[in-house]
Order: sequence, then structure tokens, then C-alpha cells
Amino acid sequence: MEDANTHYYVRFTLAQRLLHAVIVVTFLGLALTGMPLRFSTSPWMQAIARGVGGFGAVLFFHKLSAVILTLAFLIHVAHIAYRVVMKHDYAQIWGPRSMVPRLKDIQDFFGNLKWFLHLGPKPQFDRFAYWDKFDYWAVFWGMAIIGFSGYAMWFASFFGRFIPGSWLNIALLIHGEEAILAVGFIFAIHFFNTHLRPENFPMDLTIFTGRQSEEEFKHMHPEEYERMVTTGGLKEREVEPPPLWMINFSRIMGVLAVVAGLIMLVILVVAFVGQ
Amino acid sequence: MKRWAVLILILGSACAAWAAASDCLSCHEEKSTVNASIHGALGCTGCHAAIQGYPHPEKQTPVNCATCHADMATELTKSVHATSGGPTCVSCHGDGHSILASKDPRSATNPAKLPRTCGTCHGNADAAKKLGAPQVYALYIDSIHGFALTKEGLLVAASCSSCHGSHGILSHRNAKSKTFHANIPETCGTCHAGPLEGFNSGIHGQKLKAGAVNGPVCTDCHTAHQITRVESTAWQMKTTATCGGCHKEKFATYHDTFHAQVSSLGYEQTARCWDCHAYHDILPASDPKSKVAAANLIQTCSKCHAGANAGFVKYDPHANAEDATHYPALHYASIFMNLLLSGVLGFFALHTVLWFLRTRSSAKADGRPSLQK
Repeated sequence: MEDANTHYYVRFTLAQRLLHAVIVVTFLGLALTGMPLRFSTSPWMQAIARGVGGFGAVLFFHKLSAVILTLAFLIHVAHIAYRVVMKHDYAQIWGPRSMVPRLKDIQDFFGNLKWFLHLGPKPQFDRFAYWDKFDYWAVFWGMAIIGFSGYAMWFASFFGRFIPGSWLNIALLIHGEEAILAVGFIFAIHFFNTHLRPENFPMDLTIFTGRQSEEEFKHMHPEEYERMVTTGGLKEREVEPPPLWMINFSRIMGVLAVVAGLIMLVILVVAFVGQ
Repeated sequence: MKRWAVLILILGSACAAWAAASDCLSCHEEKSTVNASIHGALGCTGCHAAIQGYPHPEKQTPVNCATCHADMATELTKSVHATSGGPTCVSCHGDGHSILASKDPRSATNPAKLPRTCGTCHGNADAAKKLGAPQVYALYIDSIHGFALTKEGLLVAASCSSCHGSHGILSHRNAKSKTFHANIPETCGTCHAGPLEGFNSGIHGQKLKAGAVNGPVCTDCHTAHQITRVESTAWQMKTTATCGGCHKEKFATYHDTFHAQVSSLGYEQTARCWDCHAYHDILPASDPKSKVAAANLIQTCSKCHAGANAGFVKYDPHANAEDATHYPALHYASIFMNLLLSGVLGFFALHTVLWFLRTRSSAKADGRPSLQK
């Protein structure tokens, strides 16, 4: 455990942590109930479909998860729009606090590649590293594309009034392929980048507890830390260390989610290779 | 004329033989079952004609059923059963002294008993192997016909002879056979008149009439002996593959769609070939009466998709992403998605591996493998 003098700082608000938790649960649900349809001839996928409770249940839970995730997505977008339009909080869309890519991200990316190859120092990452932003936008556009194609198929008769039915053929293709990309990316790349890489193994709890120790903060987001020190914003963000129950709860939920995701990844790879 | 002759023979001999029969039975007591048989009125000498009186020679010429039953005997000699060691009259009808009318429920040739009678040879694994026939008896007994007839006693259900005939059974390779490929619709249609009418008006029936003898008939989809209820899930799950046995390309493209995905998972609540194309009266889309003719699509899709409209029915249940000529948008979307998938995952896989290797080497250098304690 950390010693008593360790300072802790807020990184994610409760709303952001809840958004992540909703995405975790619904994404696992969508992957579990979506993959059997995409790989319907795979015996493992057929077993999953049976386990979930048959085709009716598969479709029900898929749609239920989709609706919850859509609501979370819309609330997120609405919140950002509200911050920008009503509160003139332009830092949401530009600057170090924003998820919008900057020149620094490209520099950091190449800097990081050099560091991988022992050709340069480790870049000084700000609040969001380039892979954080890629994760964010991959999920963002993934939800938009998979979501729209999904609703087009769900309400095919309604959409048939506006788009030709042949687009539904494309919708199914895109829905399935983009979903494979999302599952592969989240359960392999995101898991490693954020949780499983040796520095964070087995789990970076920040997204669950919302707080980071001073040492983690300094190490993972040095540029933001420096700015906080020089502008004096550090004190405002200081919080109590995460209570033990929160750490344990986060570990259990996080590890369960990661293990579930990795199992699904294995099943996906088996089905993909065997198709 | 022949019938009159038989009748006169029977009546004439009945009177004369009555007294004689009771004489014969005083020695041949065990043959007394003949009195209850259909031949009871004939008396002994009706069949054992060579016997003039008592005592009679030890050795007798065998009884010849053809004396009276000439038509049936002729049919039998032309049938598949006319082989050396093949069945004779008594093989199926039972011992001559206890033959009953086929209508009698106790008769070995009563429809309800017939499967077991034929099964004496055809239900025997070794015999079936030798005859080149698979286990037709076992398949039949579990089929919808076999169940209805032998378990439920539904006498209208097809027994062996309903499809194969009785005395004049011909090989299915013989063009005159009831089970010859091109004759099967008429054979099944004897009972299933509605399906026959549908089949004849459909494309498969039209082609058969036009001489395309290799096209499908009843048994190609329903099988011959194993016929099951069409409502059963097991049957429904098999139907797409059955049509797909000939319509290979359509089967492959169907497999890329949501309809097929649901089906492959083992659930029947989805569109299969005949939900859209009809089953017996299948017509090509070019025929205005076809369920998949452009003008009828909304009605056909509406069976499952309430509110289907002109835009909706432009969905192609057989779209082929590999066919750039007919489905360019789908084709290029597929290529784009493949590139996106392999590009993003490939790139980040490399990124991740490099990162992992670098972290390990720096951990070695600092002696600090993890930040979290």
C-alpha cells in the first residue's frame, strides 16, 4: 500500500467513471450477444447463443445493451455540447484537456516510436496520450457507425422509407466487421495499452477510482503535472486516497471485465480463423 | 370372363369339396385353419387339385396359386422379386392354409401389417445390405407415414405398397416403376393431390414435364422413407441445405445474411428458401405470379416484416460481396472494411509489441518493473 503521505489527485469525474462502467458492461453484453450472429456456424458461438437463452434472448440482450449504450453516448455528447455552447468551455474541444488531436499528439507518437527503438527519450505526455485519444475516437466512431447500422437493421421498415434496402446489406457488413474491429481493438489493444502492460499490470484503477497517486500522475502525465505545479491547480485536484473498499471493488470488477473480454477475444479469434 | 370362370370353379368345387374337406382333415387336422381362411370355401382339392381320392401318393406337386391368381402371378414374374430365392406368394401372404383377405386387420398384407411383412427381409440389416437398399424399414417406421400407420393405425397413411405397388414391384431404374424418378410426383400425388397440383404448376414440375428428368421431385426434398413432419424444427433446419444442394450459389450468398445467421445458430424463426420462394409452386422471379416477382415482394416480405415498403424490399437476401459487377457498393465496402480491420489491428499489434519489449528493457535498467505496488 501507499504510505500515508502520498498525495492523490482527481483524474476522472464520477460521470466519466460511470460512463466508462456503462460502456464496459454494455460492450461486453453486445460482444457476447453479437458475435454468435456474426460467426453463427462456429460451435462455440452456438454454445454461447444457447447459454444466453436462444436467439430471442440473444437479440433481446443485444438490443437492450445497445439502447443503454446509445443513451450513455447521447448523454456524453449532449454534456460536451452543453459545456461548449452554454458554458463557453472551449477547453472541451481544444487544448490539453480536450480529446481533439493536436500537433503534439503526432510529435508524441513519433517520439514514442523512437523511444520504443531506443532512439530517443520518452515523450512527456499530457493529460491524454495519443493512444488514449485513439481509444476514445475509435469507440466514439465505432458507436456511431455500429449504432447507426444497427438501428437501420432493427427498424428496417422505417429506414426503408428513406434509404434503399440494398443499404441494409451494407449495414450488416459494416455492423459486423466494425464490431470485430471494436472487439479486437478493445480486448487486445486497449487492454494492453491501459491495463496489462507491465507498468500498469494487472490493472490501472484510475478509471474506476477516479484518482491517481502523485507518483503515477508525475510518471504518466508529466506535462500535465508540470502545468498543474506551475499554475497552482494541483491543490484544487487533491483528494483523499481511494478507500480500500473502492480499490477492492474496482479490482474485482475490472479483473472480471478483462478476463471476460480476453475469453471472448480467444473465442473470436478461433471463430475468425475457422470461418 | 376369367372372373366368371373362377366363380364357377369356386361354387362348383365348394359343394363337391365340402364333404371331402372334412375327410382330409381327419388326417391333416393341423390344416383346419383353412376353414377360417379366405380359401375355406375352396376345400382342400381346390388347391391340391392332383389328389383324386384316398389313399393319395406321398409326393405331391406343389400348389400353384397362378391357377386362379394368374394376373398377380404374371406381375410377380416381371417384378424385382422374380429372382431365384426371392419371395413367393406365401412369403408375404403367409401359409396357404391361413390366408386372410388384405382387408382383415389380422392379414399379413393388411396395410397396417404390411411394413412388418416387407420388413421380414427389408428390415434385416444383412438382407438390406445384400439387396443394396439402406435401412429402409427403420427409416420408414420412424417416418410420418410409418408412425401414422403402425402406431396410430391410420389406414390412409402410405404403406409399402402405396408407393411401390404389390405384386409388380419394379426397380426405381425402370421407367414404368411407380418409384422411377419422373413418376414419383404422380405416385405421391395419389394421396397428396394438393401438393401435386402445386408442384406441377411450379418451375420444378414444369421442367419435369418438359423432359428435364434430373430435376427435383418429392423425394429429393422430403426423402423417400424418412419423411418427417414439415413443421418439425429438425426438418426446417435442414431445408436450406436441401435446396442448396442444387442451388449452390444462392445457398452460399444466403449464408452471408442475417436470415442465415439466425438459422445457423439453430433457430427457426427466420426466413428460409421457401418462406420467400414458396415450396411446391415455386416460380422464377420473372413470372408475375412468383412470390419473389418485383410486384409481389412487399406482400412476401410483409409476412415477417410488418410495414415492409418499396425501399425495404430492395434489400437483397442473396447479396454477394465478392461480386463487384452486381453489388459494387457492397463489394467495395467489404474491401474497405477488410483494409480498415487489418490496418488498425496490424498497426496496433506492432505498436503493442514494440511497447512491451521497450518496457521490459527499461524495467531491467531501472530495476523497477511496475509503478503500482
